[in-house]
Amino acid sequence: MLTSVKIIVHLAALLPLVWLYYGAINDTLGADPVEYVIHFTGTGALNILLLTLALSPAAKFFKKPVLIKLRRLVGLWAFTYAIFHLLNFIFFELQFDWRLLVSEIVKRPYITVGMMAFLILSLLAFTSINRIKRKMGKNWQQLHNWVYIAAIAVVIHFYWSIKSDIYQPALYALILLWLLSLRRSRIKVWLFK
Amino acid sequence: MLIKSKKPYQLSEAQVTDEQVYINRRQLLKSMGYIGAGSLLAKPASASPLDFWNSAEKSKFQYRKLDFKISEVSQEQLTPEAKVASHNNFYEFGLDKSDPAKNAQDFKVNPWQLSISGLVNKPLTLDYDDLFKRVPLEERIYRLRCVEAWSMVIPWVGFSLAELIKKADPKSKAKYVAFETLHDPKQMPGQRSRRIGGGIDYPYVEGLRIDEAMNPLAFLSVGLYGKTLPPQNGAPIRLVVPWKYGFKSIKSIVSIKLVDKMPPTTWNLLAPREYGFYANVNPDVAHPRWSQASERRITSGGLFARNRIPTLPFNGYGNEVAHLYKNMDLKRFY
Repeated sequence: MLTSVKIIVHLAALLPLVWLYYGAINDTLGADPVEYVIHFTGTGALNILLLTLALSPAAKFFKKPVLIKLRRLVGLWAFTYAIFHLLNFIFFELQFDWRLLVSEIVKRPYITVGMMAFLILSLLAFTSINRIKRKMGKNWQQLHNWVYIAAIAVVIHFYWSIKSDIYQPALYALILLWLLSLRRSRIKVWLFK
Repeated sequence: MLIKSKKPYQLSEAQVTDEQVYINRRQLLKSMGYIGAGSLLAKPASASPLDFWNSAEKSKFQYRKLDFKISEVSQEQLTPEAKVASHNNFYEFGLDKSDPAKNAQDFKVNPWQLSISGLVNKPLTLDYDDLFKRVPLEERIYRLRCVEAWSMVIPWVGFSLAELIKKADPKSKAKYVAFETLHDPKQMPGQRSRRIGGGIDYPYVEGLRIDEAMNPLAFLSVGLYGKTLPPQNGAPIRLVVPWKYGFKSIKSIVSIKLVDKMPPTTWNLLAPREYGFYANVNPDVAHPRWSQASERRITSGGLFARNRIPTLPFNGYGNEVAHLYKNMDLKRFY
């Protein structure tokens, strides 16, 4: 049962990427495939990250503990989409202009915040390896609480990257606030103990 | 002896890279030569040899071929027609670049009224047919640089803004020109809903200083790629100011008013720190949130097109317009 669910999750996350790059390389995704792949993988990463945060409350609510076991898997897909998002930006938007990359990270708050979220997600992904997780003991949970900070940073990154629309980022912010409020006691302990 | 004087903005025919477009230009010329005005009687949309890009898309909007003085071929690769007509910032029809092409196909451009009013001796009102008749049409191939750091090369059809303004005989008190887009929430979903329209207060307004407006480069477009404008590109008439960021080039204009004070402009009202009145293309003045030093030129390439190029001051039209801004601090007046 768990295996087949995992296979479905993998396919549901992988197939859109295959479709995306097939279309982008063949120039069938509208006028600017670069903008398309950046937005697709960026909002994809945010959606999957929020899905990861929804798994624990959903497991409780629907009394389906199996959902808990999907957290690492889904979280790693959020990270994978974030990697594609960043690589799209470097390869196809900046086209390997490394100096421009560095100056954009330093000068543009929305890129700075985005990179910060990416670094956090990288650490979480790296420490999700079983051996490392065991070695870290209690510190592991401490570190992985940072997923909340990453999620907030991603929503800010999205909001700051937009020229004028407020509704979409506001919707994301509301969903995130709701997901965080479901674990407020836990977050309080983490922040103020 | 034939002495051909070339205006600086007429690019030379030397190195044509986009062969597809090149071939079809010749066909267009031929068809106009052989059939002439009769071609106007042919079925409107299917008649154009340039339709090869649109063959898959069945759009409702009716197009008509235009009669115009053809421009010399650009040495820069043109942006394909399908991309020009599907990558649009026209928030009246939605925020995504692909939204206007989807949502604007029912847009009614005929009847239309464009008024030239304010500080003029002879106020004018042009109806739909006048837009194509009052001033002889010509083609201009211009680079369009969006403030979002992408650019296109587009063959517009239209006429100099100055030609039209002169017909209204501006008074000497007129110092600025104010433009306004149609306000019709019934037709424009972005004007009905702040969510669809990006929270902008409509109608969209823009402005130029009078000397900018009278510069021969400032252009009113009624067509592109030899046909009337698609609605998503600002049909039936839009401004094209090639040395300024794209948002200055206001679409679907109903009013041109000569005024004595600097008029309000939409993006400046929305975010004054990010968008100035002048909005001249300037690689040295970054948008607060991204660099303007380079841009991605959208042509026919897919994901791997290496299309990042340096951005030029005044979008490469400095010879024609830099004198307008002598003694001005362009970092302050961005």
